[in-house]
Amino acid sequence: MAGREARSATLHTVIALVEDRPGVLNRVASLFRRRGFNIESLAVGHSETPGISRLTLVVDGANTVVEQVEKQLFKLIDVVKVADITHLPIVARELALVKVACTIANRADVIQIAQVFRADVVDVADMSVTIQVAGDEDKNDAFIELMEPYGIKELARTGRVALTRGIAEPTKVEEDEPEEVREFHAQAGRRPKKALPFVSD
Amino acid sequence: MRMSGADIVLECLKLEGVDIFWGYPGGVVLPFYDRLPSHPEVKHVLVRHEQAAAHAADAYARVSGKVGVCLATSGPGATNLVTGITNAMMDSVPMVVITGNVTRTLLGRDGFQEADITGITLPITKHNYLVMHAADLAYTFKEAFYIANSGRKGPVLIDIPKDVFIEEAEFEYPDTVSIRGYKPTESKAVDVAQVKRAARVIDEAQKPVILAGHGVIQSEGGTAALRQFAEKAQIPVLTTLLGIGGISEDHVLSYGFMGMHGMYWANMAAVEADVVIGVGMRFDDRAMGRFADFNTKAKIVHIDIDPAEIGKNFVTHAPILGDVAQVLDLLTPEIAQATHGDWLRWIDSVREEHPSLKMPDTTELTPQFVIREIFEATKGEAIIVTGVGQHQMWAGQHYMFRHPRRWVSSGGLGTMGFEVPAAMGAQAARPDLEVWSIAGDGGFQMTLQELATIVDQKQPIKFAIMNNGFLGMVRQWQELFYRDNLVDVHISQPDFVKLADAYGIRALRIDDKTDVASAIAEARAHDGPFLLDFHVQEAGNVWPMVPAGASLLETVESADEVKV
Ligand SMILES: Cc1ncc(C[n+]2csc(CCOP(=O)(O)OP(=O)(O)O)c2C)c(N)n1
Repeated sequence: MAGREARSATLHTVIALVEDRPGVLNRVASLFRRRGFNIESLAVGHSETPGISRLTLVVDGANTVVEQVEKQLFKLIDVVKVADITHLPIVARELALVKVACTIANRADVIQIAQVFRADVVDVADMSVTIQVAGDEDKNDAFIELMEPYGIKELARTGRVALTRGIAEPTKVEEDEPEEVREFHAQAGRRPKKALPFVSD
Repeated sequence: MRMSGADIVLECLKLEGVDIFWGYPGGVVLPFYDRLPSHPEVKHVLVRHEQAAAHAADAYARVSGKVGVCLATSGPGATNLVTGITNAMMDSVPMVVITGNVTRTLLGRDGFQEADITGITLPITKHNYLVMHAADLAYTFKEAFYIANSGRKGPVLIDIPKDVFIEEAEFEYPDTVSIRGYKPTESKAVDVAQVKRAARVIDEAQKPVILAGHGVIQSEGGTAALRQFAEKAQIPVLTTLLGIGGISEDHVLSYGFMGMHGMYWANMAAVEADVVIGVGMRFDDRAMGRFADFNTKAKIVHIDIDPAEIGKNFVTHAPILGDVAQVLDLLTPEIAQATHGDWLRWIDSVREEHPSLKMPDTTELTPQFVIREIFEATKGEAIIVTGVGQHQMWAGQHYMFRHPRRWVSSGGLGTMGFEVPAAMGAQAARPDLEVWSIAGDGGFQMTLQELATIVDQKQPIKFAIMNNGFLGMVRQWQELFYRDNLVDVHISQPDFVKLADAYGIRALRIDDKTDVASAIAEARAHDGPFLLDFHVQEAGNVWPMVPAGASLLETVESADEVKV
């Protein structure tokens, strides 16, 4: 556990707002590989702005390394904004789905522990229950650890997502694009849909 | 107006002021070549290998300051460009690279000659595009030229499937670009607080030194701004290898280039300085030696257009983000006049004790001697293109440049074979100037096929091959750092005079010092290409030298000083 604490001191939560275009994840991943940056987790999804995806990266490294990560990311043309929000007041969550082996005899114990963690039972079967737990990584780690003695049959965890709290500076794209540029950017690089029945997007 | 994708591409090139580009045809770009004759304003040069098209476009950009353009077909044509694109990326050279690709329906299905060139070139382009609709071509080209030639410049690749060249679309070239994720530094005001902070650091310096890089040359007005800045406070100027020409080498404050084979006194000045002012350079390891003990006492002022370069290799005390000329025009009025007489005299005294540019004391023909003679004959006014290796370093050392954009050399990537195709691009950019390609016998053999292109184009390029029978620079390393265990560095050559003759190029072989001047005169007097095959000393080594991984303080001037 001490190891994890020492490491968590160098973990940074970095937000990148990127244009939702083919290849953008490839560009980000290629950059991290090439420069040898360590990504602990990566979560991607739509943001509040249409056409903009929000990447939440957990990066392990000294401040100077993370500064390089930010600057190099920002050099990518498709990256509109980058912010290290580690030192801001934030809410950060990850989600885990845990399929725990159990019998009729000990199922109640498992569900009881889940309740303590405010986790939801999302599936019950003969020999297992599936539990959804959401929270910071430490909480999820602790829950998963408690489930280990029962036998974890399958585990799926998302990366961290995070938002700044309250009125702290939001990470968002301010600039609007002119209509025709938006149209261009919306279709550029995408395969024409009808023309290509056998190649999926 | 409605037109085909191929016509749109050619219209875009014209509107971007492109009058020449280098390329090689193939199946998927045939719809494009089919339309070429209808656009005589843009000249296409047929090369003999796509790598050469990229190097020619690269050198054209270095010399002209415009964006260089090249084109290749899909698959092997596109992959042959990779070295040339990387070369441009490493040296921040603005280039637009056009590749064809397989028809849209075949993309991703391993069609004949499909290569995922946008995937392949992700880390070696500033940006790239796969264009899926003819209607997107105009915007794509507008953005590509803008991105290539702004901020920290670099190559941008546009991949166009065959049927997009054929597809018709309405053509209207946009006047402006609007890219949310790309606001080049020079479009924003320089931070005055950064300028003032840097000025205070510079004013307090007793022993300041300027390290001028490629950015000085790439910035419009950069060389004049640098001179005024240096003169006001009498700050000595060292350059990086690519910064050569950023200050006239006969200026009193010019102290030559620094780094692995830089001037001894320049390296000593860099490590002895109390303030190091990096201008349009990136503190690269070949220039700085071992980072950890480059100069731990000095305060570092860093002026650069790329925010990611600031603090990348060194802790910077006073960064100024911006275009070199824009920054220096604000910084110069902020700094106090100074003379730094003691400091300049100290560097002068080191220079007197350690004359890095001495000629080897031998009756043998040496590359240094040849380069000196070319310098004398051309009075320092020629464009000098080099390959990579010993001859490159000697050319950098012994040819004195008075103007920017006349030293064309592969710095960051160190690409052997650059010497031949780059000479084509350089000569096309400045047909009014004499162009000399100082070549290695190794590197020349990597791209000599372009002699045919040069003959086609009637380009009066003068080749000076430094024929030492070795991959000289590698031999030097094996000799010094691998116990003289020479492995596969002895390289045979064809008879270069006969070879030139086969291409219809006049040539001479020179073995003696006494014949050098007359051979150079004959080559210069001839109004076409000319090849001089200089059979030079085999065993010479380049001095000074900073062994790889050593500090600049460990600059050595002879083999006796090398510790293995
Ligand atoms: C494409 C490429 N391959 C290998 C190298 C490694 N390399 C650096 S210098 C050199 C020798 C160059 O020999 P030559 O062109 O004859 O020039 P010289 O050093 O003899 O002047 C080699 C092999 C390189 N820089 N580029």
